[in-house]
Amino acid sequence: MIDTLLNQLVLAPVILPLLGTGLCLAFGRLAAAQRLISIIILSLSVAAAATLLFRADKYGPQSFNVGGWPADIGISLVADRFSALLLLTSSIVTLCVLMYSIGQGIVEFGRDTPLSVFYPTFLVLNAGVSNAFLSADLFNLFVGFEVLLASSFVLITLGGTEARVRSGTIYIVISLVSSALFLISVAAVYAATGTVNFAQLAQRIPELNPDVALLLQLLLLVTFSVKAAVFPLSAWLPDSYPTAPAPVTAVFAGLLTKVGVYAILRTQTLLFPGDQAKTLLLWAAILTMVIGILGAIAQSDIKRVLSFTLVSHIGFMLFGIAIGSELAIAGAIFYIVHHITVQTTLFLVAGLVEFRSGTTNLDLLGGLARHAPLLALMFFVPAMNLAGIPPFSGFLAKLAILQGGAADGTPLAFAAVVAAIATSLLTLYAMAKIWNRAFWQPLGEYEADTPVPLAPESAGGSLYGGSGVSTMTQRETSWTEASEDARLPLRMALPTVALGAVMLSLTLLAGPMFQLCERAAVELSDPTSYIQAVLGNA
Amino acid sequence: MSANLALIAVVGILVAAGVTLVLERSLTRILIGFVLIGNGLNALFLVVSGPAGAAPILGITDEPMSDPLPQAMALTAIVILLGTTAFGLALAYRAWQLTGTDDVQDDLEDDLIRRRAERDLASATFDDGDDTQLPDEAYEGSDQ
Repeated sequence: MIDTLLNQLVLAPVILPLLGTGLCLAFGRLAAAQRLISIIILSLSVAAAATLLFRADKYGPQSFNVGGWPADIGISLVADRFSALLLLTSSIVTLCVLMYSIGQGIVEFGRDTPLSVFYPTFLVLNAGVSNAFLSADLFNLFVGFEVLLASSFVLITLGGTEARVRSGTIYIVISLVSSALFLISVAAVYAATGTVNFAQLAQRIPELNPDVALLLQLLLLVTFSVKAAVFPLSAWLPDSYPTAPAPVTAVFAGLLTKVGVYAILRTQTLLFPGDQAKTLLLWAAILTMVIGILGAIAQSDIKRVLSFTLVSHIGFMLFGIAIGSELAIAGAIFYIVHHITVQTTLFLVAGLVEFRSGTTNLDLLGGLARHAPLLALMFFVPAMNLAGIPPFSGFLAKLAILQGGAADGTPLAFAAVVAAIATSLLTLYAMAKIWNRAFWQPLGEYEADTPVPLAPESAGGSLYGGSGVSTMTQRETSWTEASEDARLPLRMALPTVALGAVMLSLTLLAGPMFQLCERAAVELSDPTSYIQAVLGNA
Repeated sequence: MSANLALIAVVGILVAAGVTLVLERSLTRILIGFVLIGNGLNALFLVVSGPAGAAPILGITDEPMSDPLPQAMALTAIVILLGTTAFGLALAYRAWQLTGTDDVQDDLEDDLIRRRAERDLASATFDDGDDTQLPDEAYEGSDQ
C-alpha cells in the first residue's frame, strides 16, 4: 500500500500545483485562503521532491506511467538523481519567492483586477517546471515548456503597464519562435525514429544515419538554447526580465533558463552521447560567458546587470556539458543548483533595494551600506558567491568545471578555461561596481529632477502602479520617509535570508552535495538504469 | 516511408508566409504569422504520421490504420496555439490602449547605451571623477 503510494509520488510535483491552482481560482476572492493554499501546496511539493530525491538516490530512478498507458505510447514521468535534485531546488526556491511576494503584500487586489491571478499563475508555473524536469518523453517536455511559458506570459505582463507590455511582447514572440522550433524538432524526431519516448530514443538514435542524428541534435540544441539564453540566442533575456515585478524576475531568472539548460544536458547525455557537437558547444559556451559579462559591465541598472550576468553564467553550465566527462557534468549539475539559488537571491535583494530606495538605477542609488547595513550584507554574500570567491559554492562549482576542462586537454577546452576565469573576474568587477555605486558611495552626487528612464515601480514597489518615470525629488521624499519608518519589512527580508541560507548550505554541505552530483553524473553517463526505469514496467 | 509531396508543399508555404509576417513590427501581424506557422506545423505532423489509413479505432476495420500519436500531438499543439494567440491578441489590444499602436517598441535602456557609444561617452557609472556632463547629457532627448 505504502509502496504503491510512493511509486505514484513522481506525479505529486506536477499534480499538486495544478490542484492548488484550481483551489485558488475557486477561492478567487479570498486573498487569505489563496495565500494559505499556495503555501501548503508548495510546502507539500518540497516534501515530495525531497522524498523523491532520497528514493532516487537510494533505489535508482523512480518512474510512473500516467493513466497506466505503457511508456512507449503513454506519458511517463521519471525522477532520477539529476531530475529530483533540480526538482527539490526549484521547489525550495519557488516556496521562498512565494513567501517573499506574500511579504510584498500587494499582489492580491490591485486596481482594475477583478480576480487575483498571481497565485494560481505562480502555481501553474511551478507545475510546468516540475513537468519539464520529470518528463521522460520529448512531447511531454514540450507540454511542460508550454505550461511554464503560458504562465510566465501572464506573470511578466502583470498589471499591464507600458514597460511591461513592451518587454512582455518581446518575451512572448521569442517564446513562440522557440516553441515552433520545438514542434519542428518533435516532428523530425518522430519521423526519424517513430517515437518520442526518451528511453526508446536512446536505443534508436544510435541506429540512425549519423547525418540524420546530427540534424536532430542540432535542431534540439537550437530550440533549447533559445530557452536557456545561450549566445547568440540570448538577446531577448536582458530586454524582457528586468521590468517584471521583483519576485517574478527572481523566479524567472532562477528557474526558466535552467529548464532550458536541463533539457540540453538531458538530451546531450541521454540521446546524443559522444562529442559530435562538442566544438560547437564549447564555442557557444565561450561566447556566452564573455559577451554576456561584457554586457553586464555596460549596464547602469542593478536588475539589468544581474540579467546579463545570468546570461553569462549559462556559459559555465554549457562548458561543463560540452566537456561531457563525469567530473565536468557533475560540476555543471552543482553549478546549476548553485546558480538557481544565488541568482534568485540576488534578484530578491534587488527587489528589496527597489522597495527601500524606489529605484535600482545605479546613477541614483548610494549610501545603502550606511543606511541599510543588513541589506548590504544580504547583497554582498550572494554577490561574492556569484563571482566565485572561495570558499563559496560558486568557487567549488567553477573549480570542478575548470578541472574537467583542463583534464580534457584540447586547445579549445583550455581557451574555454581562460574565458571562464576572465568571466569570473569580470563578474567580480560587475558586482563590485554595484557594491560601490549603490552601497558605498554617498548619496546624491547628481542634480535633482533627472528623468530616469527605467523605473517601472513607484517608490512603494507597487506591483500594479508605477508611472514609468521617477525623479530625484520624488525619490528623496521617499528616502526621508523611508529613513524614519524605515526598515525593511521583515516579511520580505526573511524569505530572502532563508534563500540565502539555502545558498550558504550548499557551501557548508559542499562535500555530500558534490558527491550526490557525481553520482547523478555517473547515472547520466550510463543511461541503462534510466531506460530500465522507463521501459521496465511497460 | 513515402511522403505526401502536396502536404509538404503546404507546410513549406504556410511556414514561409508565417515567418515573413513574424518579421513585421506590428504584434497583430506577428500573431497571424504564428497562426500560419502553427497550422503549417500541424500539417507537418500529418506528413510525419505516414500514409493515411483507416480511423485508428480497434475493431472497426482490418485495413491499416493511421498512426494516432502524431494526431494527438497536433491536437495538443492546436490547443496551445489557441491559448497563446488569445493571450497575444489581448496583449496587442492592451498595447494599442496604452500607446495607440501595437508596434513592438525598442528598448529604451539599450537605446541609451547605444547613444552613449555613438557619442563616445563613458557609461554614466564610469568613475572618472568628472561628473559635470553626466547623466543629464546622456539622457537628453530620450524621455519619450
